[in-house]
This record gives sequence, C-alpha cells and structure tokens, in this order.
Amino acid sequence: MSLLTIFYILAAVTLATGFMTVISKNPIHSAIYLVLCFFSIGGHYLLFNAQFLALVHIIVYAGAIMVLILFTIMLMNLNKENEPIKSIASVLAAVVAFALLCFVMLAVFIKAMPQIENYQSSGQDYQSIKVLGKVLLNEYMVPFEFVSILLLVAMIGAVLLSKKQKTVE
Amino acid sequence: MENILQAIGIENYIFLSVMLFCIGAFGVLYRRNAIIMFMSIEIMLNAVNLLLVAFSTLHQDAEGQVFVFFSMAVAAAEVAVGLAILVSIFRNTGSIDIDNLKNLKG
Repeated sequence: MSLLTIFYILAAVTLATGFMTVISKNPIHSAIYLVLCFFSIGGHYLLFNAQFLALVHIIVYAGAIMVLILFTIMLMNLNKENEPIKSIASVLAAVVAFALLCFVMLAVFIKAMPQIENYQSSGQDYQSIKVLGKVLLNEYMVPFEFVSILLLVAMIGAVLLSKKQKTVE
Repeated sequence: MENILQAIGIENYIFLSVMLFCIGAFGVLYRRNAIIMFMSIEIMLNAVNLLLVAFSTLHQDAEGQVFVFFSMAVAAAEVAVGLAILVSIFRNTGSIDIDNLKNLKG
C-alpha cells in the first residue's frame, strides 16, 4: 500500500468523522466521533514522522480534552437528543456561509499553488524528539515557562469557576 | 525511506486542512449546543495544527512543530476554562443552549 493510499484513507476518515461530529444529534456520539477524528490526525502526524507531536496529540487531545468534555456531558446529563430545531433561515445561513468559506479558501489556495516549489529532502534530522527538545528548551525557553504558568492559571480559574458558589444572604 | 511530501505533496494537505477548518466553522454556525461548538473549535484548531506540521516538514524546520506544541497547550487551557464556564452557565440557567444567553443584549 503506497503512502498516497494511506493518506487518502486517513483524510477520508478525518473529514467524515469531523463532519459526523458536527451533525450528530447526540453529544456523546459527537464526542466519540471527535476522538476518532483526533486519532486520524495523530495518524497524519505519524505519516510526517513527527513522533513527538503524534504522542503529545494523542495524550492531550484524545486523553485529556476528550475525557474533560465527556465528563462535562455526563455531568450535565446531556446524553439525550433534546436540542431544539433551529429555524430554517439560520440553518440556510450557516450552509451558505460554509459553502462560501469553503469556496473562498479553496480558491485562494488553488490560486497560490504555483508559488510552492518542488520539494527536496535535505536528509538532515529536524523533527526527532531529541532535536525538538533542544529547540524547545534553548530558543523557546521563556515561552515554554509561560505556557506552564498559563496552564496553572487555567487550572485555578477552572476550579474557581466551577466551584459551587455560596449565596450571600 | 522516501519523504512524505514527495509522495503526497503539500497541496493535498492544504486541501485537507481547508476542508477540516470549514467543517469546524460550519459546526460553530450550525449547532446551538455549546459543547458541540467547543468541539468544532477544537476541529478548527486541529486543522491549523496539521497545516503547521505540513509546512514545518516542507521547510524542514522544527519551529513549526514547537508552535503546534504551544497551541496544544493553549487549546488545553481554553477547553478547561470554557467547560468550567459552561458548567457555571448550566447551573444558573439549566441549559447550555446558546440562544438562551441573551441577558447581555441591549
């Protein structure tokens, strides 16, 4: 099986599960489809031989974020299909906006395509975990530390926001 | 091993990312369940991440992947805070239908 075949299968899975995420009525099914979509994107990262990103993607998205979303869905008891139907006008507006956005972006990228030259591999190592770790902890040291602060602040904020508020009477 | 971009080509990845981004944007416009809108935002973020990795491979530069790493961290923080806000909205109004949140409308 050639790389192109694998790419087409993965891309079809990604697009189909992404679309099913958007259109399925039950939020739990949406979340399951989203997990499949994330796994196929992780497959794309593996095709690029970006091992570090593939691992981090699976751990962060399929592990942490989806567990968070699933727990929230179960906490709010939303696993029933009780979403009211939107009006025809807003559905039509959404579909038209989607078609226009797709058209404009595809047109822009098709127009810009001849400027992308042919690809030549230089054979040097630029994306193994070793190289990425060196780049991350030398040139991007300060943003790396700021990201840790951001995650800490987000954690504190999430706990504070979802804590049960005492009434002041 | 032959390189991935020689076999597939950057344009296929551009098309895939554009379609995935448009699907995410469609989800935000089409649904009114706030959690599904969150998932659509995640799809859009992932489309951009995929394109960043593709161009990082095209330019053979590790910095694109470092950016993807940072954007994943920001996405994780965003989801945590956003879901906390959703839980608090659900406690106050009893639903997460975004059409009910009209209190700030003048």
